[in-house]
Amino acid sequence: MYRYTETDQKIIEERVAQFRGQTDRYLAGELTNEEFLPLRLQNGLYIQRLAPMLRIAVPYGLLNSTQFRKLAHIARHYDKGYCHITTRQNIQFNWPQLEEVPDILAELAQVQMHAVQTSGNCIRNITSDQYAGVIGDEVEDPRPWCEILRQWSTFHPEFAYLPRKFKIAVCGSESDRAAILIHDIGLQLVRNEAGELGFKVLVGGGLGRTPVIGSVIREFLPWQHILGYLDAIVRVYNRYGNRDNKYKARIKILVRAWTPEVFAQKVEEEWSHIEGGPCTLPQEEVDRVKQFFTAPAYESLDENAAEQSLSAQAADNKAFAKWLERNTLDHRVAGYRIVNLSLKPTGVAPGDVTDNQLEIIADLADRYSFGEIRATHSQNLVLADVKKSDLFALWQEAKVAGFATPNIGTLTDLICCPGGDFCSLANAKSIPVAEAIQRRFDDMDYVYDLGDLTLNISGCMNACGHHHVGNIGILGVDKKGEEFYQVQLGGSADNAATLGNVLGPSFGREEMPDIIGKILDVYVTNRLGDELFIDTYRRIGLDPFKESVYAKNH
Amino acid sequence: MPKIINKDMIVEDKWVLLPKDFSGEPPMGKLLILPMKYWLEHKDNIRLPVLGIWIDSDEEVEEIGDQANLFPLIAVNFPSFMDGRGFSTGRLLRERYEYTGQLRAIGNPNRDQLFYLKRCGFDAFDLREGTDLEAALASLNDFSISYQNSVDQPDPLFRRKS
Repeated sequence: MYRYTETDQKIIEERVAQFRGQTDRYLAGELTNEEFLPLRLQNGLYIQRLAPMLRIAVPYGLLNSTQFRKLAHIARHYDKGYCHITTRQNIQFNWPQLEEVPDILAELAQVQMHAVQTSGNCIRNITSDQYAGVIGDEVEDPRPWCEILRQWSTFHPEFAYLPRKFKIAVCGSESDRAAILIHDIGLQLVRNEAGELGFKVLVGGGLGRTPVIGSVIREFLPWQHILGYLDAIVRVYNRYGNRDNKYKARIKILVRAWTPEVFAQKVEEEWSHIEGGPCTLPQEEVDRVKQFFTAPAYESLDENAAEQSLSAQAADNKAFAKWLERNTLDHRVAGYRIVNLSLKPTGVAPGDVTDNQLEIIADLADRYSFGEIRATHSQNLVLADVKKSDLFALWQEAKVAGFATPNIGTLTDLICCPGGDFCSLANAKSIPVAEAIQRRFDDMDYVYDLGDLTLNISGCMNACGHHHVGNIGILGVDKKGEEFYQVQLGGSADNAATLGNVLGPSFGREEMPDIIGKILDVYVTNRLGDELFIDTYRRIGLDPFKESVYAKNH
Repeated sequence: MPKIINKDMIVEDKWVLLPKDFSGEPPMGKLLILPMKYWLEHKDNIRLPVLGIWIDSDEEVEEIGDQANLFPLIAVNFPSFMDGRGFSTGRLLRERYEYTGQLRAIGNPNRDQLFYLKRCGFDAFDLREGTDLEAALASLNDFSISYQNSVDQPDPLFRRKS
């Protein structure tokens, strides 16, 4: 994991001092609300329905146990004892006091954390694959590249007042776990025919009120040029993106208006002036950053012996076997597995963690996974390097602490934004819908039988819950002051990313579990063999679902 | 006389800015900042010795780029402090067109943008009315070090390491 140099530390401490000064000036009435707005947003501070909300940056989702203990301390002393993992791998506090935010930032700086550019019309936190560096199918570990981009984007002087927010995601493998198709810029590390490393560059993806799948504007960009090429893309956007209407201000609208081909030409033209300039990356810098992401001290383990004893434990304990199957994945190193800690037990807002749980997870990470933790865009946590021989002990501890719900990738592992309970943008609540669905489908055998299935809930069309790319997507809407829910089917955030189609008229909140039940019935009736929900949907289309859900009762 | 920040100092400003829709003959005997469009349309007939021009945020610096060094002063308008197009305009003038005269941010840039403006090549700042200029000077140096290359620091951090 990256560790700050003295320079990195100095920059973050200067930021704390800068924001302390800005907050003081705001509280003294020297800054207007309007002027303070972009300053606080670029430090992750929103003014919410009930209290301010502070979004902490978790660069590409990586954390260590020391940082987790600090987050627990902040939750306990500055908040109401919990925090929330977001769909962009960040962490949010829902109850800080505005006056105390500079102190919170100073505490975070002690553990190499910050809230820089987690909101506002700037380049946001770079996100990536939660299994980076440990999964078998990787072309290249994306983490060093994410760190290089983090430094490039941090306080970029030209791009702090863009037309709108700007999100970049990086993946290092053919199978996309970073949702690069729905980001303003998606980068995929690839090798060309000569075996050289570079990036496939996509632009113009995004969700929100106009969901769009990104377009490839360059099949192969040699790695040395990534910073200059990004400068070119963001400069074109900064100069020509729409600034009159915030709903038309994202880069996706510009790319669509110009067409991806014309946009690409503009970028190439701009880049022709930048190419070969000082931001061309030297090998030494890449090597320097890569040193921070070398493999931890893995033991040399006997894969067969580990598998055998694991099989024996699984045979003895059905619950452990289920957890093993759903919540853990193959690791690229013999004798290890990747473990997902589920933050989706029924009755807890998806992605919420308490101060005590944060400390327990820090301890688990120290004892079982080299002290590192990853946040995922599906709002869970990952211990990436667990010995197979430790899995049973880890499972028992995780179960007691409440993170061993064996539901990763299933219906009840749903993605959900904070919604109308907290967020001032929301049109409707989302957490109670999530809970009602989890309660209705509490029969785990049924849930397992349904297999891999994503259900994503957003409380408004800003789409923080990524409803467009859920196999089942739920969108909260407001109709004359009443909350209703629209259902979409067929979305997917993987390599073949698709946007869901609207099923039809929306429903009241209390109807939602029944509606989901009817949709699942149509799937179960129509599926062929062990066909997944998304594949059945793609084969039979929307109509059978529509007919069943909107059928008049007898 | 109005005050601005120029090269880290507070100075009285003698320049007079003509509005975007200005037409007719520019007044004599004053240091004028003409709208870029006006200058482009009338450049063959303008007889003033020392002239500045200003570029609005929706105008393209390319129209003036190669001739930038004719002017001792170029101002870039920030009609709202949220309109960040001028940051790109500044860098293009300095880095692509190698402009060496005074580069002034006008309109509504605010104190908290000074550090970024300076990095993008601006050296003069006409801040919104009522700004405490003495206090604002400190914000020119909110950070002592930066990662990226820009006008004030042509090498990114990774090329500066010893």
